[in-house]
Amino acid sequence: MKVILVGSGRILYYLARQFNRKELDVQIVTPVKQEARELSQRVNRPVLVGDATDPKILEDAGAFRADVVLALTPNDEDNLAVCQIARQMYQVPRTIALVNDPENEEIFHKLKVSVAISATRILSIILEEQAGFEEIGKLISVAEGRVSVAEVVLREDSPAAGRSLESITLPAEALIGGIIRGGKVLIPRGGSQLLAADRLILIATETSMDEAMRTLVGNDGK
Amino acid sequence: MKRPAGQHPGSIVIVGCGRLGAMLASRLSRSGSRVVVIDHDSGAFALLEAGFSGFRVTGDAVEHDVLREAGLAEAACLLAVTEKDTLNLMVAQVAKTIFAVPQVIARVYDPTFEALYRKLGIHTISPTSLTAREFLRVIEQESGRP
Repeated sequence: MKVILVGSGRILYYLARQFNRKELDVQIVTPVKQEARELSQRVNRPVLVGDATDPKILEDAGAFRADVVLALTPNDEDNLAVCQIARQMYQVPRTIALVNDPENEEIFHKLKVSVAISATRILSIILEEQAGFEEIGKLISVAEGRVSVAEVVLREDSPAAGRSLESITLPAEALIGGIIRGGKVLIPRGGSQLLAADRLILIATETSMDEAMRTLVGNDGK
Repeated sequence: MKRPAGQHPGSIVIVGCGRLGAMLASRLSRSGSRVVVIDHDSGAFALLEAGFSGFRVTGDAVEHDVLREAGLAEAACLLAVTEKDTLNLMVAQVAKTIFAVPQVIARVYDPTFEALYRKLGIHTISPTSLTAREFLRVIEQESGRP
């Protein structure tokens, strides 16, 4: 598999090193000569010096034969251009971009970049999870971050403990997808009794998550 | 002014207040258009004509908030004329795709971008192509004389 890596800095070196172990055909493109020379020595591969937003440079890097192009510069506009040139001019099947400003994730998806990775977004999800209520486990986000799946542990004094599911009013965009009790998964039904120490799999939109938490465990984790 | 002209339909948003941006902004403003100019460097607004009556927004146009502040959602037209091709192309695509601006034009120096972005529905103007065409026209005209 041929991979073109575009960018600068350490991330480029670490990725190239990683890919070396996997024996991929990696071509690195970086704009600064000095950095290219050092990188080339460290990873023992030729490194192309140039601005990859110039279609000719990307062609020199072998874009016509590339399976993947990774754009990892600190500028979103450059990462977008690299991916679009790769896809439109050289028919590269898979383009992966680093999105520096998480607000640009949407536009990258709309403009057909195969994968847009926002480090800011990933880190803020992790931080929010850490800062959150200790009873909320493994928060994952789906549907471009609009829906979250959380694991909620009920305590003795949680408002939902000891009540039946049908007596609990959750917001419209929240639901309990499963009840885990003593290592077994129970399918939630109206008559299901919730008990202390139950782990609930809660699925909710961003706007309903806090209210659903309040209803189940008495606070929204903040 | 803190709250720019965005609320009024029909404004023209210009990204980049270099020589071209400032000239376009000044002329469009003089002919009565509601103009909003964005530049990351507030010093760039000095290039605007003294009589410029539009709005100035300082910020990086790659940020949606800056475009929102400039009232892009209600704008009739966006002109992306910074010095950087990739920035112009990205802002143009954001304007078209996210803000649904009816008319979007980007300046690109590199003529190879023209065909590519025409395919993606972005109207581009390349000063390089325009200048080359004009040079060739003048050469032809002058050598054609007796």
